[in-house]
Amino acid sequence: MDPARFFAASRLAIVAGKGGVGKTTVSAVLARAASRARRDALLVEVEESSGLGARFDRDEPDYHESILWDPGDPPGAGSVTARTLTPDDALVEYLTDHGLDRISRRLARSGALEIVATAAPGIRDILLLGKVKQLERASTDQLLVLDTPASGHAVSFLRAPALLLDSVQVGPIHTQARDALALLTDPDRTRVLLVTIPEETPVTEVVQTAYQLEDELGIALGPLVVNRVATPPPPTSQPVAELAQEAGIALTDDEIATIERASAFRQARAEVQAEQLERLARELPLPQIHLPAVSEADVGRRQVDLLARAMLDSINALDERTVTPTRGDAT
Amino acid sequence: MNEPLADAERWGLVELLSGHDVVICAGSGGVGKTTTSAALGLAAARAGRRVVVVTVDPARRLADALGLGSGGLGDEPVRIEGVGPGELWAAMLDPRATFDRLIARHASPDQAERIIANPFYQNMADALSGTHEYMAAEKLHDLAGDERFDLVVVDTPPTRSALDFVDAPTTLTRFLDHRLYRVLMAPTRRMTRAVGVATGAFVRTVSKVVGASVVEDAVEFFSAFEGLEEGFRDRAHEVADRFRSPTTAFVLVTAPRADALTEARWFAERLEAEGIDIRAVVANRVQPRPMSGDPGRFREVARSQAGTSLGDLCATVIELCDGSDSETALLADLVEAIGGVPLVTVPVLDRDVADLAGLEQIAAALYGTA
Repeated sequence: MDPARFFAASRLAIVAGKGGVGKTTVSAVLARAASRARRDALLVEVEESSGLGARFDRDEPDYHESILWDPGDPPGAGSVTARTLTPDDALVEYLTDHGLDRISRRLARSGALEIVATAAPGIRDILLLGKVKQLERASTDQLLVLDTPASGHAVSFLRAPALLLDSVQVGPIHTQARDALALLTDPDRTRVLLVTIPEETPVTEVVQTAYQLEDELGIALGPLVVNRVATPPPPTSQPVAELAQEAGIALTDDEIATIERASAFRQARAEVQAEQLERLARELPLPQIHLPAVSEADVGRRQVDLLARAMLDSINALDERTVTPTRGDAT
Repeated sequence: MNEPLADAERWGLVELLSGHDVVICAGSGGVGKTTTSAALGLAAARAGRRVVVVTVDPARRLADALGLGSGGLGDEPVRIEGVGPGELWAAMLDPRATFDRLIARHASPDQAERIIANPFYQNMADALSGTHEYMAAEKLHDLAGDERFDLVVVDTPPTRSALDFVDAPTTLTRFLDHRLYRVLMAPTRRMTRAVGVATGAFVRTVSKVVGASVVEDAVEFFSAFEGLEEGFRDRAHEVADRFRSPTTAFVLVTAPRADALTEARWFAERLEAEGIDIRAVVANRVQPRPMSGDPGRFREVARSQAGTSLGDLCATVIELCDGSDSETALLADLVEAIGGVPLVTVPVLDRDVADLAGLEQIAAALYGTA
């Protein structure tokens, strides 16, 4: 599929996944890949210090937009910018916009949000989604990438609008919730990209999450991003000793044993991975984007760019018919 | 660089934790905290202790391994058969049930009933940030005083910052003591006129934004809760003291990945600032090194035989050695940054733990007998 079309398929891409699967890195990579495909990308995180800035060797973004990758690198490429949204900031802005300037400061300062958020859970999420909706409305030609909260709260975060519609029947919050729900359930506006890694528990969890999002919440899913996919080792049918002899290389028994040990380990890991990828394909009928395993020591600008190129290759290889979101009655 | 490893080998985790009656496993999501807690518990039970492991959100197969499978999971500890000479029990945290019991302990039956039926309370028990953490702490405090057990192993909830766990008792009491509580109470308390007018406007604004019933529930809750603040505060202090007790050990669980290590380091710093020591670091999913020493010879062959099967195989050796060395260096940095605590490494597993035998394997790695 043409990456330009891929990144234009919806205006908001929500990246979700359990802790430890590299969700923030994938968000960064997605934004950078979009910028390489000539689309500006705005990364939105709803949690402070997730290390998004570090992924670009920059300072951590705050509530105001900051630039993480300048446009035109390479020529024609879009920019990557970022904002960190907090419910408190969103509340103050919301109330100010609604002519409640004076009270908003008092609310925020007194910590009232905590009481109000407890009285109506999901209100923080609505405030954040309300702000995301506003950004989505304001920016028709850029891709919004939303990095959802860590620690497995993605589903409850995305469920908040439906939940609040029930508990708050009238007023501005009700309107916000309704608008947020409309945003989330419109496949032309929103797609969720789930992230996982080819290991047992992450695969089990992503399958569950996918069905929850699609069936319970009616949110369209984009391709599944499988992170940390190792290149399988080449098949070796011949014993190491024989290979060495043929090549005229003298190896000690210890050295041969070391090679065999290393090869067996890689082979075993590759089998686990193949098994989990197969299970994933069987249990979750979604196209997959694979990202290679890179050194985890420090995922910075260089690795993000490398992974973005791998993502673009993977997108190029996708069959468009399996990717483009369709409205309910379309085929 | 290998000093921490040597320390762990010399001391062993069994001995290291033998003087403790509470072990708290902390770390970021996805590092295998729950499995580590269970394996620690199992090993201690094998060493003759009567252990209860409290898990928060076990993966299904681990829950099965612990006998907490479908239907059997609960707040009340369940004894796991076939473990001796000590005992192994497991319980799953049910924050709501723990909170209800806490309320029931402090309030009169009528008052407890009023509180528990209140929607604001229910939201607070289910969704207020910090509540689950506090309830995990409350549960561990409760079990630590339970005569059936001489060791409680807890895995912390998967919060973004595991420190919420340590802060939770104070966070919740602060919430319940909130000065806004007085503001919300103002309409029913007939405060002085000036204050009344201001707060009235305030409450009206909040009502306008979220709806009146929401505010009514909150006011009703705080009024039902009245008089319980002190008991709660005392209890929270007790729970907070438990964290600082010399018989409580924090074990930092991590994995050799940049994100997990950053989180671990940050957590360690915050704990230190709170005056809490970390007793040991457990690193899960560590890649094995296929050989000791310098893999120079393989580098040579990989280069001269590039593109052949032999070249590829030698490149695999190099890759695994390099990977393992960089993991070791990352872990050594962490250990050094937190003052040279013992480090125990658990190798990456092919499969999730699905039964006691699998857990046994990890326990063996944790105790240096693998």
